[in-house]
Amino acid sequence: MKYLDEYRDPALARRLVAEIRRSVTRPWVLMEICGGQTHTLVKYGIEELLGSQIELVHGPGCPVCVTPLEIVDKAIAIASIPEVIFVSYGDMLRVPGSHSDLFRVKAAGGDVRIAYSPMDALRLARENPQRPVVFFAVGFETTAPANSTAVWQAKREGLRNFSMLVSHVLVPPAIRLLLEQSANRVQGFIAPGHVCTVMGYEEYEELARRYKVPFVVGGFEPLDLLEAILLLVRQLEEGRAQVENQYVRSVSRGGNEAARRRMMEVFEVVDRNWRGIGPIAQSGYRLRPEYAAFDAEKIFGVETISAPEPPECISALVLQGLKKPVDCPMFGTRCTPATPMGAPMVSSEGACAAYYQYRRHAAPPGAQT
Amino acid sequence: MCLAIPGQIVEAQEINGMRFATVRFGGVTRQACLDFVPEAQCGDYVIVHVGFAISLVDAEEAERTYRLLEEMEALEEEPGAPEAELGKDGG
Amino acid sequence: MSDPIQFTCPLPLAVGDRIVLGHGSGGRLSAELLRDVFLPFFHSPILNRLDDQAVFEFRGARLAFTTDSFVVKPLFFRGGDIGSLAVHGTVNDLAMGGATPLYLSAGFILEEGLEIETLRRVAESMGRAADDIPVEIVTGDTKVVEKGSGDGVFINTTGIGLVPEGVRLSPALVRPGDLVLLSGPIGDHGIAILAEREGIEFSTLLDSDSAPLHGLVAAMLAVSLDIRAMRDPTRGGLSSALNEIASRAGVGITIEESAIPVREEVRGACEMLGLDPLYVANEGKLVAFVAPHAAESVLAAMRRHPQGRDAVLIGAVTDTHPELVLLRTPFGTTRIVDMLPGDQLPRIC
Repeated sequence: MKYLDEYRDPALARRLVAEIRRSVTRPWVLMEICGGQTHTLVKYGIEELLGSQIELVHGPGCPVCVTPLEIVDKAIAIASIPEVIFVSYGDMLRVPGSHSDLFRVKAAGGDVRIAYSPMDALRLARENPQRPVVFFAVGFETTAPANSTAVWQAKREGLRNFSMLVSHVLVPPAIRLLLEQSANRVQGFIAPGHVCTVMGYEEYEELARRYKVPFVVGGFEPLDLLEAILLLVRQLEEGRAQVENQYVRSVSRGGNEAARRRMMEVFEVVDRNWRGIGPIAQSGYRLRPEYAAFDAEKIFGVETISAPEPPECISALVLQGLKKPVDCPMFGTRCTPATPMGAPMVSSEGACAAYYQYRRHAAPPGAQT
Repeated sequence: MCLAIPGQIVEAQEINGMRFATVRFGGVTRQACLDFVPEAQCGDYVIVHVGFAISLVDAEEAERTYRLLEEMEALEEEPGAPEAELGKDGG
Repeated sequence: MSDPIQFTCPLPLAVGDRIVLGHGSGGRLSAELLRDVFLPFFHSPILNRLDDQAVFEFRGARLAFTTDSFVVKPLFFRGGDIGSLAVHGTVNDLAMGGATPLYLSAGFILEEGLEIETLRRVAESMGRAADDIPVEIVTGDTKVVEKGSGDGVFINTTGIGLVPEGVRLSPALVRPGDLVLLSGPIGDHGIAILAEREGIEFSTLLDSDSAPLHGLVAAMLAVSLDIRAMRDPTRGGLSSALNEIASRAGVGITIEESAIPVREEVRGACEMLGLDPLYVANEGKLVAFVAPHAAESVLAAMRRHPQGRDAVLIGAVTDTHPELVLLRTPFGTTRIVDMLPGDQLPRIC
């Protein structure tokens, strides 16, 4: 497949690895932010190739992981209403709420359906005018233009039975919070290539300047990530802290204006709770007042559902890159993909699941083999 | 948020006032909305996320940087260049 | 100064008390259901072997006996339908034990309101599939459930076959050093079905690979009896099949990613939806564990047969990581191929 296969070439990967190893003179701690990038790193065993000088920590880049507990509970409440058709991306179905998850709601008779695109949910609403259709609109900035289009179109068509439960989160505020932590060990970031496709990368320039930390906007194929790592390593070795773009075939500095225009017509920025991290100011989207008629929280009266998240597992520390999944005492024992304790184990991109599924047989990176 | 893949526009149409295209991904095709890449034409490659094209693949840029990668390989082939073996931890 | 972040985690969920869809997907949940709910009450050493089919001796002959249920949606798809699937699937369960199919039964659970013409199409397809093998459908049953209680048609089958003298296939026989052969590209059936699933639809010319494998199996056994075990990777995909064998035999398995054939249509769909072909269902493929000295001739025999034209060697059995299936990537690194808890879900992340 064009523009995919070329970026998986093993021979070129070898060269990049060699160049990285040649460039490294001391240990560096890097973070990739996006769950899809974590997936690739783990799927191809890239950490294994890099040697012990480079430590990769997996950041809070999976919206499944960071969707607040109370939003999942709200989703479950709405999906449990008999006539509702509740439509969600596949990822969210297994995420545990306080007492249940969407799969269990389905098992108990709820009409929960998976969609690939928010337009599928819109179509369901057109085809079932007598029933409320609710779309679970989660994601980072990448998914916001698509999610916003569904409700924008619903308004244009006057589709009365369509509504959305919105839980969007934004990347830069989370990175800023991470950089503010005294315990932060991350020295360089691979910025999320598809988020930046929409948003551009200007926002990271201020972070690079202020915290003196390099960012490289990276793609999702192994060569993309290896090249991004090489660029980061070079910056770190040379003492630079700039924003560079590796994913040039998709990302420009200004991003996608048309997508952002649509998004900002529908959404406004708001404070958000991140699961496992807590509240981060101005780090999410919600529907603008003009779209209140499509806001499932208001329509179904679930605004007051709240879920205190008692401290127990270390998913917060993992999400921030302060610990590895293997450091968790419950990893692989009480907490497994079949019996997840927290979202990072449920989501196939969650650091814990990725580790459990693909890498639990290997020694933790950094250990001598 | 992440999962978005490149596909080739096979044909474009307008539905309900929005621009859609049939996009081919390897051996399958699916509809995608082109509202965010108004300049995209048939034959172009777009990056598609949940049924929406979010960027037009910059073929020139892709060419250029890929060639840089390949040239890096050629340089390494010269005698005397150290080679790292994949799969071995040399730290 | 304390950091502003509060550390949080949800309370663990109690182990579920209801059946979820994942219990039927052939992964870990299915295995646990079997182990925790059925085996404690069904006392049978034959059952405890948990092979695809039960093989037992009866008056000097070895019979293979199997049952299967078919709940596919949509009922009709490119390359087949629930009827032909039912015939092929049952015959294949028998074939994995080396058995020649003798007789099938077919029980139907029909949903009130189903069009009789639909049922006629299914029956016709089943009849044709059975004639092509040939195998006789000799007994059956029909029940009707109220509208809303079923997906139109559910089919349950049993199959009886005869295991030839000298043929013994069982996961227990698999041992380190054995080689792993795969009969062709993976993922066709699952993707062909998914293409028509509401909410996910995409266009493809891909057909389900639903097909009977007894002929291929016979061709393989004709060149060598040093085949230890075979499995058809149906629900749960190649991953489940390999993990089941690894676990049953107490061995490790290593496979080469670059050796596993995947059609372009399956690749495209999997890339788009974020699926891994290793977990996608097949209905006309088998994986065979063969003694190393026999692998070449068995592979050649497979390639001579229409169901095995694209057969390849994909890996080997080892003792270095018992019960783990490892995959070597094209980059030379390794990762675990694990059983999924339930169905693989399309993702956006």
